[in-house]
Amino acid sequence: MTLQEDTRTHPFQKTLIRNYQAPRWDEPLIFELNAPGHTGVVSNSDGHSAITKSAPENSVQRKTAPNLPEIGQAQVLRHYLRLSQETLGADLNVDIGQGTCTMKYSPKVNEKFAGSSLSADMHPLQDVSTAQGTMEIIHNLQDYLKEISGMDQVSLQAGSGSAAIYGAVKSVQAYHEAQGESTQRDEIITTIFSHPSNAATAKTVGYKVITLYPDENGYPDLEALKSVLSERTAALFITNPEDTGVFNPEITDFVDAVRQVGGVTFYDQANANGLLGIARAREAGFDMCHFNLHKTFSTPHACGGPAAGALCATDELAPYLPGPQVVRTPSRFEWSEQGKYSTPDIRPFYGVVPNLVRAYAWIRALGAEGLRQVAETAVLNSNYLHAELSKIDGLSIPYASGEYRIEQVRYSWQELAEETGISTGEIGARMADYGFHYWTSHHPYIVPEPMTLEPTESYSKQELDEYIATLKLTAEEARQDIDTVKSAPHRSSIHTIDQEATTDPETWATSWRAYRRKYLGEQRSEPSTWVAPANLPIPQRAPKAHHR
Amino acid sequence: MSRTHPYVPNASPQTKQKMLDSIGVETVEQLFSSIPQKLRLERPLNIPEGFTSEAKLVRHMSGLLGNNKPTTRALSFLGAGAYPHYVPAVCDEVNQRAEFLTAYAGEAYEDHGKWQALFEYTSLMAELLEMDVVNVPTYDGYQATATALRMAGRITQRSKIVCSTAVVSAKLRRIESFLQGALEIVWVEPRKETGLIHTDDVIELLDDTTAAVYLETPNVAGIVEANGENIAQAAHSAGALLVCGLDPLSLGFTESPASWGADILCGDIQSLGLGLHYGGAHGGFIATHDDERFIYEFPSRLFGLAPTRKDGEIGFVDVAYERTSLAMRDQGVEWVGTAAALWGITAGVYLALMGPHGMRELGDTIASRTRYAIDRLAAIPGITVHHVNSPHWREFMITYDNHTAAEVNAKMLDDDIYGGAEAGDLLTSERSVGADGHSLEASSIVCVTELHSTDDIDELVVAFERIMA
Repeated sequence: MTLQEDTRTHPFQKTLIRNYQAPRWDEPLIFELNAPGHTGVVSNSDGHSAITKSAPENSVQRKTAPNLPEIGQAQVLRHYLRLSQETLGADLNVDIGQGTCTMKYSPKVNEKFAGSSLSADMHPLQDVSTAQGTMEIIHNLQDYLKEISGMDQVSLQAGSGSAAIYGAVKSVQAYHEAQGESTQRDEIITTIFSHPSNAATAKTVGYKVITLYPDENGYPDLEALKSVLSERTAALFITNPEDTGVFNPEITDFVDAVRQVGGVTFYDQANANGLLGIARAREAGFDMCHFNLHKTFSTPHACGGPAAGALCATDELAPYLPGPQVVRTPSRFEWSEQGKYSTPDIRPFYGVVPNLVRAYAWIRALGAEGLRQVAETAVLNSNYLHAELSKIDGLSIPYASGEYRIEQVRYSWQELAEETGISTGEIGARMADYGFHYWTSHHPYIVPEPMTLEPTESYSKQELDEYIATLKLTAEEARQDIDTVKSAPHRSSIHTIDQEATTDPETWATSWRAYRRKYLGEQRSEPSTWVAPANLPIPQRAPKAHHR
Repeated sequence: MSRTHPYVPNASPQTKQKMLDSIGVETVEQLFSSIPQKLRLERPLNIPEGFTSEAKLVRHMSGLLGNNKPTTRALSFLGAGAYPHYVPAVCDEVNQRAEFLTAYAGEAYEDHGKWQALFEYTSLMAELLEMDVVNVPTYDGYQATATALRMAGRITQRSKIVCSTAVVSAKLRRIESFLQGALEIVWVEPRKETGLIHTDDVIELLDDTTAAVYLETPNVAGIVEANGENIAQAAHSAGALLVCGLDPLSLGFTESPASWGADILCGDIQSLGLGLHYGGAHGGFIATHDDERFIYEFPSRLFGLAPTRKDGEIGFVDVAYERTSLAMRDQGVEWVGTAAALWGITAGVYLALMGPHGMRELGDTIASRTRYAIDRLAAIPGITVHHVNSPHWREFMITYDNHTAAEVNAKMLDDDIYGGAEAGDLLTSERSVGADGHSLEASSIVCVTELHSTDDIDELVVAFERIMA
């Protein structure tokens, strides 16, 4: 057949189902590239005998070189490029399967700003007169986030969303300390569909954590909240919409109830992408909120950071925020002094500045109208996905039946699991065979056999249609050919892992060094001077668990 | 907005209509029906109009960033937690790879390369630190240290930390804040004569409630601890742990405190090819030996190596996942979330490029240039260099007889020299580094790395001589 012969369906026309094959380099561990005498880079060194014999440094100089591999430069590069190919980042992948993570497009042009020497070679302690460019960016980003949240002040110091939540818990603690109520107010209330870090940071700071569960609407009953409120309540940490995508329309009643007992209200806005320019923390009456700049504001997710968190507060809570802020004086931008009640710095210096630069540039590229278009399109995409996926047999959508959701939905494969014996983890592994990823849910699985999808504003209808068609096919495969699904992945970089070894102290191998000792008979790798402490208490351990 | 924004494809009227039809609604507004009107923002956001082209955005950003004068356009001796070291081009290349840059929480199959790269980072660090267990990076060295001390409290079930004061003050406040309500802190100061922590001073503070002793090497004033082995023995004799803070790059020069018998190592990886980024490039490491009592107290992800169902093939998965807040919410250990993974991969690339000899040469070079700078500055009338007879690496502290550090730095700025970091901003008191009797306001901490040639140091000396004259 020539190219001209078939004009109806030309031979290169693709179906919606991709015949994907992940790169499989079978790349050894970097230690196996070791070749004595090779070197990857020569730094600005004088050679290793540069210290004079009389210098005090002689007494602490190491006698042998550290035990690192010796590898040429191109060999190091090639190794890591192969590993990068075996990684399915959002630039390559229709990455709508990591619901709650807002895997939107991270514009390439913003990399130029963050990586420019004018940004990257700045030292945090250099004189402010030489840092006015970055400081103006941070100042204006603070202003934009104030406007988007309706809050009065913003701290950009946190290194991530969870770090911002931790900063919020410490601010709550400082606020109650200033009122002389910190001993009395020892409880923080959150919900099971809020991110685990709301509960976990509160616990780390020393609060008793009360977790509310949803009723049939998908959010907690107001009476359930009222029943746990008291003079011991320090704060409510709540998300809206929660991970289900269901918006809690009674949120102001929640906020009012907590305020009536003297508690602080914190709005976890990790899921803010569908609300930009639509609804704000201010109008709902919250005292504080936070944004994840790596979610809503497009900075790349970077395999799990560096990220950035923006912690916002009303004037009442602002004196307790961590970290300095940029303030505008008549002549220039300055860093503010820490106040008497401020939460101590939660991070060195001013925050993850490259991500502040990227987030600023993203907002400026879109403007007010563009931000609203982002929210509207993210919600349009999510409801389109919702409408199309509800046609798949075996997939259900718990809670709030018939309601439209905001920018994400937590689906359930429970019916398919009951019918075929497949699990959501296995369906996810099969999706990898088609070049897709999806995330189930945080633990515990309140929605059974969960799958959480968030299409953001970034993906085209064609891309969403491909994802939908592949999910449909996978569900069908579970009925027709369950062995293929259960033994997936088949076209991934590797095959099914035996996870059991990593749950047992006798068999886990936390590093190549530990592996050599445990499995290759290399001599005990701890220095001979280390003796495991005797008589340590043996606490109760949680039951063994896996990521998926 | 007249045209569809490049970042928002389905906002085009044609596509939007098709999707609304599929959903069965007429307007996007209907999709927001669950949000009560009283919660709606009834006006446009007060944010500038978006730029109508990428070129205009670039022009705007270039204008703003052009108001910066980075360290590459001056001669900078600033350190104090953000260190200027050469970043190899391959580090930047791998850090900017689209797959790594835009991946997130993909599983062991679709993101195999990410898991391997992170396992290799922890394994390379494990070799350098001489410890079997290293976490997937936490946020920064402050968090790593604060967590390491809480770990020590949980491991020993004891209530007190003996903590060196020779630590940057913002970090000490962070540690205090994180330990509040969980652990009490008692302080041990370095001796005035040496700037070093003395074993006897530690022993005096140890008792059966002590969970750990914490010290840093090199400390905030650049002094390399020499009594580590004795301090480790003293701590262990009292049933306490030794937790050490360090910059992994310094292990090109000195032995790992693991060789003293330290139980937990922690710190920041910024020096390992991450760059400065106005203080925005940090990652925290925590390392222990392979002992389950320690491993179960890590809050971070720990990656382990495991077989697949194909002979000879390996994959990577979480070790003891049930520790984490992702598995157990508030019943897990502290919390874990997005932190600094790509910085970890980048630091791994750095260690692979440097290799054993590159690290050693670099460590020695920094030590010798630091000593050169100490000797030159100590000879300038009007400047006191502290603890010249103690071993230093990368930093040292000086005090001016007749000037404040702010005055000196202001004068140097006229010559495009960024002088040493002002000690008043970095230290809780002069005694915290054994500089008793000297004014912090008149003191600076000078940083010298492999990027400073002896000519650069000579230029600093000339500038000092002019100011002190």
